[in-house]
Amino acid sequence: MYLWILYLSSVYQRLSQLLNEIDGGTAVKRHCGADPHRAVTELIDLSTVDVILISNYHCMMALPYITEHTGFTGTVYATEPTVQIGRLLMEELVNFIERVPKAQSASLWKNKDIQRLLPSPLKDAVEVSTWRRCYTMQEVNSALSKIQLVGYSQKIELFGAVQVTPLSSGYALGSSNWIIQSHYEKVSYVSGSSLLTTHPQPMDQASLKNSDVLILTGLTQIPTANPDGMVGEFCSNLALTVRNGGNVLVPCYPSGVIYDLLECLYQYIDSAGLSNIPFYFISPVANSSLEFSQIFAEWLCHNKQSKVYLPEPPFPHAELIQTNKLKHYPSIHGDFSNDFRQPCVVFTGHPSLRFGDVVHFMELWGKSSLNTVIFTEPDFSYLEALAPYQPLAMKCIYCPIDTRLNFIQVSKLLKEVQPLHVVCPEQYTQPPPAQSHRMDLMIDCQPPAMSYRRAEVLALPFKRRYEKIEIMPELADSLVPMEIKPGISLATVSAVLHTKDNKHVLQPPPRPTQPTSGKKRKRVSDDIPDCKAVKPLLSGSIPVEQFVQTLEKHGFSDIKVEDTPKGHIVLLQEAETLIQIEEDSTHIICDNDEMLRVRLRDLVLKFLQKF
Amino acid sequence: MPEIRVTPLVGAGQDVGRSCILVSIAGKNVMLDCGMHMGFNDDRRFPDFSYITQNGRLTDFLDCVIISHFHLDHCGALPYFSEMVGYDGPIYMTHPTQAICPILLEDYRKIAVDKKGEANFFTSQMIKDCMKKVVAVHLHQTVQVDDELEIKAYYAGHVLGAAMFQIKVGSESVVYTGDYNMTPDRHLGAAWIDKCRPNLLITESTYATTIRDSKRCRERDFLKKVHETVERGGKVLIPVFALGRAQELCILLETFWERMNLKVPIYFSTGLTEKANHYYKLFITWTNQKIRKTFVQRNMFEFKHIKAFDRAFADNPGPMVVFATPGMLHAGQSLQIFRKWAGNEKNMVIMPGYCVQGTVGHKILSGQRKLEMEGRQVLEVKMQVEYMSFSAHADAKGIMQLVGQAEPENVLLVHGEAKKMEFLKQKIEQEFRVSCYMPANGETVTLPTSPSIPVGISLGLLKREMAQGLLPEAKKPRLLHGTLIMKDSNFRLVSSEQALKELGLAEHQLRFTCRVHLHDTRKEQETATRIYSHLKSILKDHCVQHLPDGSVTVESILVQAAAHSEDPGTKVLLVSWTYQDEELGSYLTSLLKKGLPQAPS
Repeated sequence: MYLWILYLSSVYQRLSQLLNEIDGGTAVKRHCGADPHRAVTELIDLSTVDVILISNYHCMMALPYITEHTGFTGTVYATEPTVQIGRLLMEELVNFIERVPKAQSASLWKNKDIQRLLPSPLKDAVEVSTWRRCYTMQEVNSALSKIQLVGYSQKIELFGAVQVTPLSSGYALGSSNWIIQSHYEKVSYVSGSSLLTTHPQPMDQASLKNSDVLILTGLTQIPTANPDGMVGEFCSNLALTVRNGGNVLVPCYPSGVIYDLLECLYQYIDSAGLSNIPFYFISPVANSSLEFSQIFAEWLCHNKQSKVYLPEPPFPHAELIQTNKLKHYPSIHGDFSNDFRQPCVVFTGHPSLRFGDVVHFMELWGKSSLNTVIFTEPDFSYLEALAPYQPLAMKCIYCPIDTRLNFIQVSKLLKEVQPLHVVCPEQYTQPPPAQSHRMDLMIDCQPPAMSYRRAEVLALPFKRRYEKIEIMPELADSLVPMEIKPGISLATVSAVLHTKDNKHVLQPPPRPTQPTSGKKRKRVSDDIPDCKAVKPLLSGSIPVEQFVQTLEKHGFSDIKVEDTPKGHIVLLQEAETLIQIEEDSTHIICDNDEMLRVRLRDLVLKFLQKF
Repeated sequence: MPEIRVTPLVGAGQDVGRSCILVSIAGKNVMLDCGMHMGFNDDRRFPDFSYITQNGRLTDFLDCVIISHFHLDHCGALPYFSEMVGYDGPIYMTHPTQAICPILLEDYRKIAVDKKGEANFFTSQMIKDCMKKVVAVHLHQTVQVDDELEIKAYYAGHVLGAAMFQIKVGSESVVYTGDYNMTPDRHLGAAWIDKCRPNLLITESTYATTIRDSKRCRERDFLKKVHETVERGGKVLIPVFALGRAQELCILLETFWERMNLKVPIYFSTGLTEKANHYYKLFITWTNQKIRKTFVQRNMFEFKHIKAFDRAFADNPGPMVVFATPGMLHAGQSLQIFRKWAGNEKNMVIMPGYCVQGTVGHKILSGQRKLEMEGRQVLEVKMQVEYMSFSAHADAKGIMQLVGQAEPENVLLVHGEAKKMEFLKQKIEQEFRVSCYMPANGETVTLPTSPSIPVGISLGLLKREMAQGLLPEAKKPRLLHGTLIMKDSNFRLVSSEQALKELGLAEHQLRFTCRVHLHDTRKEQETATRIYSHLKSILKDHCVQHLPDGSVTVESILVQAAAHSEDPGTKVLLVSWTYQDEELGSYLTSLLKKGLPQAPS
């Protein structure tokens, strides 16, 4: 029992750290260019982690590293869309990497003395020694097979001690925030949430209320950009380029914002006169992504859900495909080479521009100023992404679309939800370095948010005081409550505690067992009382006059009462007995007459309350 | 005494045909399903809702309504109930059920009103208004109906979107299975529930005594019969409901046609069914694992060999296979085709599911070959009539399996036939040693429950107890002692010390000091030493100490020896203890009274 209390406080931190580690997987990749090793720090022994909660499909890219190579034996929880789309993202990544096998990979540069001498960004990369090779599809499948599927608002019992519940976070298909709670404490983990109405189910804010601690992470990476404005800009730049006979390249992930972009274009192309322009979506998982998006009706916003009830596909890209306006291909080889027509719009990955089919299009179109590349994914700095392709003649438009919470939305959310404490990464507690005067670009709440840094252990500010226990009905029936103060009743409980799977139950005490047989020779030690039968504490005071009256009623005579500075002494002269009565104590001094002593004891107890 | 009450409303218990069950649990009233009886055309087809409440509004009495799946015998009376009788509270069902239910209701309404000209029936608008009261639930989502009542849906197989529901208030719970299927079929998975140990499991028992042979055999049999009939030029009619068995059998025939390279046309009665296949495509996450895994490459619900049926095709010469709705031959297209084909012995009708009493399906299955149709017309049935149980209900084995999974304290059987249920009841009682009930329509089963009471225990107290529980000698059950503080509805169990402190009360110490006279001529110190060694030898499990001031302690009990003021040969032992050491103190005095053993000389 001890163990899990200890464990509980540490697992909260572990979980959050771990989730950040996985979140961090994407961030680290930014530095890795075409060699996406991943850092999974050795900070904690992952074999001691019991549970991993996945917030959304972008947050699980490092999962195989944990489940396959660290001795991790716990359970991973995620929603079905998270797993299915997460699988597609990993599959695409693996496919891109495996297309360009490397005969050998350099590792000597990771030596700190050499790395220091290298040009930026290599010399600034952190913890390069922990970078790993990209996983294989086999590892992906094995990792995914360890995931337990869960639904929104499903209560999942962990070891009988804690309950975790995923809630819709509104950011992506199946994206979740998590409630981690015991009967008396509640921690919310809010990561990658959105209050905008796009395709996913809206964020569930109400269930986050009454949190003792709210861990807040995964805010927008571009707090100054308004996603709606960016979508407008995206469409108009796209139309302009195409009308002038140029091609548009959109480096993107195969799932997520692309669904919203296709929907906007669906509404936009006819009015913009783009009906004859082909849209190509090139990814090894393009077909799967488009298909999967249509089958998660239950995870979609209300509008899309009602379409399924008709029954119609929830996303209009089904119609774009049917009318041949949108075509998808696994890669630029094969069918695509035959169908390829310019000018056109190409959606393809990888958004870092370091690998995947996008590299080919950058090289094909980079030299003409008619063409445009439009960056919509916020994960990568577009300048860094473009650096190796310079000089470029093609136009570059930066329209980052990040629907996650901005700081205005955060303060609205916190006002609504009112957690006792907010915990967040350090960078959210100060304005971004590039805009240090923008005091509005940080979390502002009362009490101030507690911040954590990478690889830091944070003690959460609450003390556990109570635990749930169940009183069996038979025991409850035997309790005798008495009212001590108006509205407050007490009952003393003597019961047997049973604990199984971290569930505690109080059962009635066993009936005193009858001596088994009289034949057995009694040993002295048999009579020694079990000191573990606890007597209750006493409280109250004894009114002397009434006490004396009671004594008389019970046949004591010759009673004398003497006053002392602190109380009284009652003398039973006949019995050579003396009873000292004070405010908070009673002392019975008598001869060794057990009958007498017990009689007196019971008379005294009548005046006292037992606890 | 808390209790759970269950009343199958007229038409539910001991009768396949329509389900509607009223459950009262911890003061909450829940209605499970709201079905209609397809064998009746009058008032008897709907449950008698006046049973629920005589004069009050249903909304005030019922906390919620739960619909297990879209079959009309489970949801057909819903618009009548909510719009014509009047209910405005929440109605819970899964997403696919919510999507498909209104379509089947509308279809049913059209047959009843437009074709049969029935009056006093619900309207299309009523179906729409009724569906506005529906709240969709996800599988395994815990839906908080109010602060106390929560419900949770589990996958039930049977048809697309079918669910079992757990209804829970505090520590009391009931599970209602609706219709379910414990073996995965060609398009759906098997029902599953966790070991939720409900007070009561209400299970359907349609196939209470049937232990069906393996699915493969039945499928082979079915294909053989269809194949033989079309080979000899006959027509095969398969009456089905638009959603459910129809898709399973289509997948079966489609793969068979492909394998055997058959050219005989297969038709599917139009309208609803094309739509139905579309629902399966969009709700593919509710189908079985195999279909879900392969849907990107090949969607199993896009059929190559199966074409839409036109009414005129029925008169075409030559063999064909037609799936037509509805499944019990009680109305609509399946009945029309049946009448056309019934006279030819080359033809065959295959009934793939259960038929309710009163329907044409039921009549021909029970061997009737002369049917009286409307207008006193008599239809002679010469075509072959085959029954194949493809209904996705659990058989007796499956029902036992589910009882084993959920581990309920009691079982209640509904949606079955009395004789068969009796058999199953005995089996369940024997095997699981739980009580099993099978109430008649309108009969109430009352189960007393004894819920345990959740309270908060202070961690200090709990930790102290648990730590002592870990000691090796703590094998026998130990008593936990504490004080339960009850303030409003907040119950907390704390240590006695903490209770005193919280209430601002001082402890009252009760102490006893007993004089024990002992004959001993030696000096006090020696007496004390002898007492010490005596006690030490007897009280092996206790902490006995000899203090420098000459006194002896046993735990917190103090023993002092003093000379008797008058008799030098007697020593007076003062034994002093507090009330908390009552037993040990009392024991010590009696022990010392017996005197000390003779010192070894």
